[in-house]
Amino acid sequence: MTKLIIDGKEIDVPAEYTLLQACEAAGAEIPRFCYHERLSIAGNCRMCLVEIKGGPKPVASCAWGVRDCRPGPKGEPPEISTRSPMVRKAREGVMEFLLINHPLDCPICDQGGECDLQDQAMGYGVDTSRFAENKRAVEDKYLGALIKTSMNRCIQCTRCVRFSAEVAGVPEMGATGRGEDMEITTYLEQALTSELQGNLVDICPVGALTSKPYAFAARPWELGKTQSVDVMDGVGSAIRVDTRGREVMRILPRINEAVNEEWISDKTRHIVDGLRTQRLDRPYIRENGKLRAASWQEAFAAVAAKLRMSDGKRIGAIAGDLAAVEEMFAFKDLLGQYGSTNLAVQGGDAFDPKLGRATYIFNPTIAGIEQADALLIIGSNPRKEAAMLNARIRKRWRTGQLKVAVVGPKADLTYDYDYLGAGTDTLADLASGKHSFTEVLKGAKNPIVLVGAGSLSRHDGAAVLALAAKIATGTGALKDGWNGFAVLQDTASRAGALDIGFAPGKGGLSQAQMTTFGTLDVLFLLGADEVKVPDDTFVVYIGTHGDRGAHRADVILPGAAYTEKSGLYVNTEGRAQIAARAAFPPGDAREDWAIARALSDVLGKKLPYDSLQALRQALFKAVPHLMRIDQIEPGKAEQVKALAAKGGKVDKSPLKSSVEDFYLTNPIARASAVMAECSRLAAGRMLTAAE
Amino acid sequence: MSVRRLAPKELQPASFAFTDENLAWAKAQIAKYPPGRQASAVIAILWRAQEQHEGWLSEAAIRVVADMLDMPYIRVLEVATFYTMFQLQPVGKKAHVQVCGTTPCRLRGAGDLIEVCQSRIHHEPFHLSKDGNFSWEEVECLGACVNAPMVQIWKDTYEDLTKETFGKVLDGFASGNPPKPGPQIDRQFSAPAGGPTTLKEST
Repeated sequence: MTKLIIDGKEIDVPAEYTLLQACEAAGAEIPRFCYHERLSIAGNCRMCLVEIKGGPKPVASCAWGVRDCRPGPKGEPPEISTRSPMVRKAREGVMEFLLINHPLDCPICDQGGECDLQDQAMGYGVDTSRFAENKRAVEDKYLGALIKTSMNRCIQCTRCVRFSAEVAGVPEMGATGRGEDMEITTYLEQALTSELQGNLVDICPVGALTSKPYAFAARPWELGKTQSVDVMDGVGSAIRVDTRGREVMRILPRINEAVNEEWISDKTRHIVDGLRTQRLDRPYIRENGKLRAASWQEAFAAVAAKLRMSDGKRIGAIAGDLAAVEEMFAFKDLLGQYGSTNLAVQGGDAFDPKLGRATYIFNPTIAGIEQADALLIIGSNPRKEAAMLNARIRKRWRTGQLKVAVVGPKADLTYDYDYLGAGTDTLADLASGKHSFTEVLKGAKNPIVLVGAGSLSRHDGAAVLALAAKIATGTGALKDGWNGFAVLQDTASRAGALDIGFAPGKGGLSQAQMTTFGTLDVLFLLGADEVKVPDDTFVVYIGTHGDRGAHRADVILPGAAYTEKSGLYVNTEGRAQIAARAAFPPGDAREDWAIARALSDVLGKKLPYDSLQALRQALFKAVPHLMRIDQIEPGKAEQVKALAAKGGKVDKSPLKSSVEDFYLTNPIARASAVMAECSRLAAGRMLTAAE
Repeated sequence: MSVRRLAPKELQPASFAFTDENLAWAKAQIAKYPPGRQASAVIAILWRAQEQHEGWLSEAAIRVVADMLDMPYIRVLEVATFYTMFQLQPVGKKAHVQVCGTTPCRLRGAGDLIEVCQSRIHHEPFHLSKDGNFSWEEVECLGACVNAPMVQIWKDTYEDLTKETFGKVLDGFASGNPPKPGPQIDRQFSAPAGGPTTLKEST
């Protein structure tokens, strides 16, 4: 620790701090443009100048180490001033230079109201310019479907260049030319390919990079802001949903160090237009092969008529990727009243919740990746299945302390890895210790065995899961204070469904069995679109979008999307999080749990809760750990050992990722024109890569 | 200095490949640096690529160099656009004249040389002459201030120029017999014109 005197206040900070960090620790506010906590230090905007007593010039505090400060002549601690007239004058000078080439177009700039330059110009700018010459003009660049550029506004902080090279791991942005002619661009203005490119808009301190889909849509001060969580993948990134009136205008990241730090993926951010299009806003009934609009009463009556004729054992429910815990709980109760345990969550057949939590969650936790020193990825492409988690792996890999190996699909993961093989043979070798990477895992302090959902949705998924658990137990991934068995759930609903036992009970049918011909009379689909239901089953679709599930449905009950209901979601780590309601469902659509409750009344099997609070109370009584919001109920190592002992026969076929097209994984994304454009661009890229 | 862009598509060759000799030389450059630091050789290799390809860097060459050094394309483009010694447009086949326009040369008559360039080559810098054999640009100090004004053509400098002698230099390049590099007046390197003025006697 080093003593410093900052603005007359003595403070003790670690010697490896920069002066800027020390000043912040002392409570001083330091303006900055190029400096960003999560990026490397560039030191080129000069806005963070402070005065060190005894120094001839102000210094850029972001690039000045605390240990570089000289003590006073009698050994007194270095004195820093962040508010002296000299500092103020220096910063005003910097600001004047920045504004020389910056256009005065705040009134038509999308960054207006949330612009670092605008805000800091209020503090350090002057009201007139002494610059009478021509301003620099820069051509706007094409950067793809998500980022709109207005390069006249660029102040060359190079945050975007550093972000794409460091965090996103796709070094596409660069600064060509030099001096006044320096321009930020991609190579020959090719579209960005990163799945994290939306974050460039957030880190741009001015309006040079703005969101293309959100262009000229709203001003920040007219938006209602709701803190929520994302459901596009299993990570559960913290988001802020900005609404104007009933409409969701945009989605921004929120800081959650444990999950997404302060980034979100493009799918999380840009599916906003998907929330408006293709919506189911009233119930439908299929008559003579055609869907017709109906009232809730008619729709409920149709379901009731069908259920009256069905045996309880021939009723089932499959939950989709975006289902919240509450509605699954309600439907579980409803089917329970018919004596049915035919419950399944999409892609969840490989898991057995009775074995315990540790067998289906990401035990080491996402933040825990930063302690890992060896990582084995089995049958997964984390970059597509959980982009934020992949960014965390990359962050750890960049420190040089993580060794990564992959069994399964070979893809660009933005970090180097040893490719061990494509199929289950390699897994067997690893489990039996024949493979050389076993030694790496054994030698590691905190190894992680990551198994992806793609390898578990196969018909031998349970055996693959057991094999992965065997590798984890065999290589010492389970030890005191460390559980390295990590299941990467690629959907927001699965961990929650397994937590509440939304899985085949005693004598219940699995997803594969329920979708086999002749097993079921009535099947409830809770937004499940990735299942193929046989022709003789009566399908009740409770969902939000006119997607595959709705096309197959016999009765459609319109539900609420994740921005339109308060819902519990459990992410892949097993962290219970609450998505808050930011808007209202369209038309006659209702919150999904309320649909279950209303339907139960019509069926004469009334569920014992009249409000969401009552439902949650019943839920927390059944599954107490869901009560602890934002916390993780850890799994136990014995559970993984029990899973490993299960064994099973695995096929020799190669392991695949569960996500083919990152941009089109769920009904909301498939309804989004922006995602479609991104997908098209990505597909075009793949074509050129294959040539 | 103005914004530096790659040459338009119609001027770009479809591909670029190092000659065997240059490839071997490039590999030797890469070997100078520790493993994983091969990108340090980028300037040297770009320079060689420019020499091989009629004195300018094509887009294909930038990609070839990037692939060779395992660098993202944009990183090599950054280097190529940063340093003005890399020519991004086609230059004269016989001579690309770099006229020093910094103060000492300017005071000693660089303006005249630029006028010659404008009248004999093209009114604008970086444009080819009608026959495609010449092009010119104004550059910053080339470090021969004692012999101002001067120009650099390819790797040689021609110093102590006047309008007339510079014209002769250009004539020489046009006819394929470039004059002797160095001062174009009676003078050895930067020694005094007309012979030594001091230290005449040897002891």
